Amino acid sequence: MLSQKRRNLNIVTGDSEISSKIVVENISHQYHIKKSKAEKKKEFTALKEVSLKVKKGEFIAIVGPSGCGKSTLLDILAGLINAKCGKIFIDGKLAHGPALDRGIVMQGYALFPWRTIRKNVEFGLEIKGIPKKERAELSRSFIELVGLKGFEERYPHELSGGMKQRIAIARALAYDPDVLLMDEPFAAVDAQTREVLQDELLRIWEKTNKTIVFVTHSIDEAVFLADRVAVMTSNPGTIKEIIKIKLPRPRRNADMRQSADFNWIRHKVWQSLQNTVTTINEERESGLTYKDLAEEISPSVVL
Amino acid sequence: MLLNLFKKLLGHTYSLLAVAIFLLIWEFIPKLGLADTTFLPPFSKVAAALWKLTVTGVLFKHLIISLQRAVLGFGLGLLISIPLGLLIGWFKGVERFVDPLLQTFRQTSALALFPVFILLFGIGEVSKVAIIFWSVQWPILLNTISGVKSVEPLLIKSARSMGASSFTLLLKVIVPGAFPSIFTGIRLSATYSILILIAAEMIGSNAGLGFLLYESEIKFEIPEMYAAIVTMSLLGLAVNYLLVAVGGRLTRWKEEIPNT
Ligand SMILES: Nc1ncnc2c1ncn2[C@@H]1O[C@H](COP(=O)(O)OP(=O)(O)OP(=O)(O)O)[C@@H](O)[C@H]1O
Ligand SMILES: [Mg+2]
Repeated sequence: MLSQKRRNLNIVTGDSEISSKIVVENISHQYHIKKSKAEKKKEFTALKEVSLKVKKGEFIAIVGPSGCGKSTLLDILAGLINAKCGKIFIDGKLAHGPALDRGIVMQGYALFPWRTIRKNVEFGLEIKGIPKKERAELSRSFIELVGLKGFEERYPHELSGGMKQRIAIARALAYDPDVLLMDEPFAAVDAQTREVLQDELLRIWEKTNKTIVFVTHSIDEAVFLADRVAVMTSNPGTIKEIIKIKLPRPRRNADMRQSADFNWIRHKVWQSLQNTVTTINEERESGLTYKDLAEEISPSVVL
Repeated sequence: MLLNLFKKLLGHTYSLLAVAIFLLIWEFIPKLGLADTTFLPPFSKVAAALWKLTVTGVLFKHLIISLQRAVLGFGLGLLISIPLGLLIGWFKGVERFVDPLLQTFRQTSALALFPVFILLFGIGEVSKVAIIFWSVQWPILLNTISGVKSVEPLLIKSARSMGASSFTLLLKVIVPGAFPSIFTGIRLSATYSILILIAAEMIGSNAGLGFLLYESEIKFEIPEMYAAIVTMSLLGLAVNYLLVAVGGRLTRWKEEIPNT
């Protein structure tokens, strides 16, 4: 029914803009920081003039050095922070505040310690007003999906970090948002589980046509999962470059990792990131202001 | 299984040993003439008096009256302080506004206010319930406020991201998150309420455990006086045990700090 509505909307406006699920328009955000009580409040620019369009059903990954504002951007997308400047459109409509159409898996696991694993997964479903029986079914299937069957009645403190992370993912998947915002969701799991979860996420994504914004520190992961990879720089946080990942789909870990194309693109993203890191260092040393380094990546170096 | 039971029994015996030694000392100090038996009767005499008070139903009568007052004042305290604490803790503006008032009032001794309560409410039940309410209220209120403020911001954020309304947030995140702290307040004030009650009953009353204590002293029935004191201690102990047991059940989700 929801997709029906969206289709209608498309027809009505006839605007190509509408096929963008998310439009980020000139977002800037400053945090107030207080170093000590005596000192006056200072402003720190976490994001500066970030613009981004994400198509419906697209998988976009965001990479960038630590502290470049990835989590901040995701919080803004989720409606948890109001950006100081700029606008967010979801389905062509100005978004303000959080809503069930966007689900976020946060960097800390943010599980409710007083709820069992099952009840944690059911939280969003409760808010949605889904009846108890259906809730139990959904939570069971998603807990099984992330490989934690049998842990339903445990409490979060009895689980390892990676297990908690998987529950946080199950919780976000369970209430079935159109847009899934994921902040380093696989950071705390071992390499093997990580690959299983990546494959599983792609499978769910292919099946459900969700729009996914995925923050990660791993270039491999970004390239493997995404349609496009946004590379961010810090101080202030901006999107420096967006790299298209033209690898065939469906992708699976087993056969993708060895492909030459995969490695070539991975190297390209790495190069781009490398430049952002050196930019920061140069800036610090010489006191230069930000300059666009995207042009400096020469294809010959990449090759 | 039998072995386990035996071990458990042994454990309990061990923890009761200190009590037994204490009672023995109590028994023999007066008997050996180290203290005046009129002022410190041996424990056996106190136990006999306690028995007599129990079988004649006198003790029960006073106990029930005291409990009634305590439960009433305590219940009133819970009913008012928990919602109030949630409100004050949640809305930053409210806290800034009432904080100086709270800090002052909590320092005002409840017993010092008792004459005021008597002036306002007379010497009947109301003033006693009122003083219990007053003294119970502060630990619960302050612990509720700090409990609300200590709820992990990430959890609030997470709930909001799932579209939780303010009411849902309060009910499903703030209250459970603040619960351990709220419960600490309840435990503190439960024991406290009994202490205050006894004092209030000694000042102006014609029934209750405090009155029993006061009356025995006036009538120079020293073993009965000690019997009343022992009853109060046991009452406090029982209440505390009950609350610990209830609290343990309700905060099963908390990570236990490993003993080292
Ligand atoms: N609540 C806050 N108050 C003040 N400054 C903040 C706050 N949250 C983040 N910052 C600052 O904003 C910048 C961006 O933070 P953010 O958490 O978005 O980084 P990130 O890209 O997610 O980093 P990481 O990869 O380490 O998770 C950082 O420099 C951080 O110090
Ligand atoms: Mg982050």
